[in-house]
Amino acid sequence: MTQFIKLLARNQLALAGGIILSIVVLVSILVPILPLQPPDVTNTADRFMAPFSEGHWLGTDHLGRDLLSRLLWGTRLSLAVGAAAAIVAAVIGSAIGIVAGYFGGTTDNVIMRGVDMLMAFPYILLALAIVAALGPGLMNALIAVAAVNIPFFARNIRGITVGIAHKEFVDAAKLAGKGHLTILTTEILPNVVPVIVIAMSTTIGWMILETAGLSFLGLGSQPPQADLGSMLGEARSALITNPHTSVVPGLMIFIIVMSINLLGDGVRDALDPRLRSGALSRPKPTTTVARQSSPPHGPGEGVLDIRELETQFHVGKRVFKAVNQVSLNIEPGECLGVIGESGSGKSVTALSVMGLVASPPGVITGGAVFHGGQDLVGARYSTLRRLRGDKVAYIFQDPLSTLHPLIRVGEQLAEAIRVHHPVGKAELRQRAIDLLNDVRIPNAESRVDSYPHEMSGGMRQRVAIAMALANEPEVIIADEPTTALDVTVQAQVLSLLDDLRREHNVAIMFITHDFGVVAQLCDRVAVMYGGQIVEQGTTDDILANPAHPYTRKLMECVPELGAGRRELAAIPGLPPAVDDLPPGCAFAPRCHKAQAECTKAPIEMTRGGGRAVRCLYPETKLVEEEPA
Amino acid sequence: MSLALQLDDLSKTFPVGKPLFGPAKAHVRAVRPVTLQVETGETLGIVGESGCGKSTLARMLVGLLPPSTGEIKIEGHRLNNANPAEFGRSIQYVFQDPISSLNPRKSIRSILEVPLKRLHGMNAEARRARISEIFASVNLREEFLERYPHEFSGGQAQRIGIARALAANARIMVLDEPVSALDVSVQAQVLNLLARLKGEFGLTYLFISHDLAVVEAVSDRVAVMYFGAVVEVGKAEKIFAAPRHPYTNLLAGSAPVVGRPLTPPEAKGTELPDPLNPPPGCPFAPRCPKATEICRDVDPPLEQMGEDQFAACHHPLDA
Ligand SMILES: Nc1ncnc2c1ncn2[C@@H]1O[C@H](COP(=O)(O)OP(=O)(O)O)[C@@H](O)[C@H]1O
Ligand code: SF4
Ligand code: SF4
Ligand SMILES: [Mg+2]
Repeated sequence: MTQFIKLLARNQLALAGGIILSIVVLVSILVPILPLQPPDVTNTADRFMAPFSEGHWLGTDHLGRDLLSRLLWGTRLSLAVGAAAAIVAAVIGSAIGIVAGYFGGTTDNVIMRGVDMLMAFPYILLALAIVAALGPGLMNALIAVAAVNIPFFARNIRGITVGIAHKEFVDAAKLAGKGHLTILTTEILPNVVPVIVIAMSTTIGWMILETAGLSFLGLGSQPPQADLGSMLGEARSALITNPHTSVVPGLMIFIIVMSINLLGDGVRDALDPRLRSGALSRPKPTTTVARQSSPPHGPGEGVLDIRELETQFHVGKRVFKAVNQVSLNIEPGECLGVIGESGSGKSVTALSVMGLVASPPGVITGGAVFHGGQDLVGARYSTLRRLRGDKVAYIFQDPLSTLHPLIRVGEQLAEAIRVHHPVGKAELRQRAIDLLNDVRIPNAESRVDSYPHEMSGGMRQRVAIAMALANEPEVIIADEPTTALDVTVQAQVLSLLDDLRREHNVAIMFITHDFGVVAQLCDRVAVMYGGQIVEQGTTDDILANPAHPYTRKLMECVPELGAGRRELAAIPGLPPAVDDLPPGCAFAPRCHKAQAECTKAPIEMTRGGGRAVRCLYPETKLVEEEPA
Repeated sequence: MSLALQLDDLSKTFPVGKPLFGPAKAHVRAVRPVTLQVETGETLGIVGESGCGKSTLARMLVGLLPPSTGEIKIEGHRLNNANPAEFGRSIQYVFQDPISSLNPRKSIRSILEVPLKRLHGMNAEARRARISEIFASVNLREEFLERYPHEFSGGQAQRIGIARALAANARIMVLDEPVSALDVSVQAQVLNLLARLKGEFGLTYLFISHDLAVVEAVSDRVAVMYFGAVVEVGKAEKIFAAPRHPYTNLLAGSAPVVGRPLTPPEAKGTELPDPLNPPPGCPFAPRCPKATEICRDVDPPLEQMGEDQFAACHHPLDA
């Protein structure tokens, strides 16, 4: 709530709207106790007095009634009617929307067709028709305005409800013995109330305007009762001779509607969760770089050399050390596995290589990434864009994040090549077909014209791999590319990747949380925990003799096929939050070997025999490094 | 041994493209007739790839979906589908996505109170005592009770989901991918908790997962589903070691295992048949290395093969 108010107050227009509206509402509430002249007493002798006259600050109207008094009483009435119409429309419309969205099926169909029919009429004509049928009068105007706004609420709330009704907590409530009515009121309603509030705050201004419109036409409030619309209507004939009688209520309508709409937009924005996370602030094309110390020197080893990389997220006052002093290098044709649990920093490491971490809030605060002798951290956007997809390509868990849903896969492949290499049209198509053949897609000649949605998940992931291969990159960074796939499909995608790196000599950085996959595909492996690499070495060494207690425990947790029914080893506790890392070893709170020494200072990497481990009491001693 | 669950020819067909009035244009058979028994105190694992009908089957068992044909007997009784509370007292469901199974606007205490109040009519005092007891048994601190779901990690949220199922005091639990959304180190914690609770409260589990190794580690028996049907049932320690059905064999051969070299599994494709237009005969035939003429014509029934193994295949693998 305080966060909501803060966000709202940051929006100055909304703040101004809120202040003006509060004043107007406050005054209208106080109207009965203000020392005002009676609004309906006519005094034809004093008709059309100008503003600032003695006893009549705003002058008088055509019947000599005090305009100030009529304005305030009229404002009070217009606000009340508008608010009442909004509440009626919101309650009935939301009820319809919730019922339609929750029950779905035929109920939904019938209700929403009815709502569509209502919406098919021009809005103001419908309101006029309703008043014509019910007869003029303020109450009937209220009903008409509420009625024409019901479809708006019904549609909006139905959409939200459909999403919520399919959430698992609704099923859980059914199993806990709740009936439909209780579920609607106690499970669904609390989740749609914010949306109803937003919809109301953005429509109440229009409803006041519509009621005023009906009163203006003489269909709303009846003389002598004043509301803003009827005041305007009555002043119409004197528009030229005595403009102040029109200007006064007109200005008030303008002030009310403007302030409500400004505030309403502010409320909508402040309640929008995307705005809260800062996602609506436009991301920069590359990750912000703010290195605290001078970066390591090049040219770097292998085809990709990540050195002492540090990437952080700065959210408000909190600093998330997502990647902390990570060093990795990959030789041509090699497959390096990066393994760790969610939140350990695998993906951020991968995205930092090409400056793809969203900024804000991401910042690279240290280290370097060398490729072809040049440091990619801090390279210009144009350099990174030239390399992205050409020398260094990515494959993500969800292939749809790289494939455009509305473009044929062949065209997307062709486009990917054309960006970096100008080739003719016919050749592009042939290259696309060759690529699909390379990733073992059957009937590549016809599949090249398919859309992504016409393919299964495994097929789409192969197209994503083909995209990555399009420009014969030197490095492919694959971030959990098989996690969302079924085991049989995963096995085929893995063996495909293995073949490709042998055929094309590409280096692969393979990110996963699965030891089985690492064991089958990777030459070397790096284990990540709490943003750091805690162990690195050849896959065979690490699987046979894990040195870091975390690696060993993690391997023991994973059930392996073929051992039958058994108790599993678990690691107590939870992975650490990277904005609040313990001092010293990040694994210490969960480590059975932890000593006082472990929590004193950051643990350095110990190297030896081609391996490295970040632990004071490793499970196996590393072979001493030969003195150089 | 008494039966906790008895399914006879249970199937589910969904209409697709149904107009406002009148019959649907086509039907999808999400679950083809399934006949299965689960003994009291047993853990039956159910494995299969996404879309093979595991969740649809589970939702029928707990009364969230009415079956199209067949019947379910829970502890010997047929339950009324119109009354979810009747199901709720004897069979409970633990969901795959722990966070979305908790209403974001309710405190944990009010979530746990619902089954106690609605299914067992407990008064406030009894509820308070029972909630403390259950919360302790899933290893959560009582101060968490006043918090809201978004404050919990996946593993903690899943324990709360398990606590809610325990609160209903049902003796059968359907666990639908209960650890798939969790990290491996936390996954093992939850699996061990489930094993302990089972012994403590004498529960019967239906454990659904796509992860063969997990299912093997927790189950007594395993049923393998393909394209809406059970194609093989057998003892957990035997079914993947000595599968009789070629699909079970493919699954077991595809799971990545430390120390086994990477070879593409022996299968012609990975495509499932079109559910709107299922082929006659065995649905696995287009991918099966052993398929022959009869496989494409006649859908094989589930038959006993060996002592306690059943498979639906015309040319079963050797034991
Ligand atoms: N409401 C529905 N309407 C139509 N088809 C459905 C519906 N629910 C599930 N299905 C279909 O049923 C099949 C089985 O789905 P599901 O039970 O979710 O499998 P799993 O749990 O193994 O992922 C899938 O082909 C799916 O598309
Ligand atoms: S440094 Fe200490 S706490 Fe950390 S893993 Fe090694 S033994 Fe455990
Ligand atoms: S019935 Fe035929 S096609 Fe089906 S699994 Fe058995 S051998 Fe294969
Ligand atoms: Mg499922």
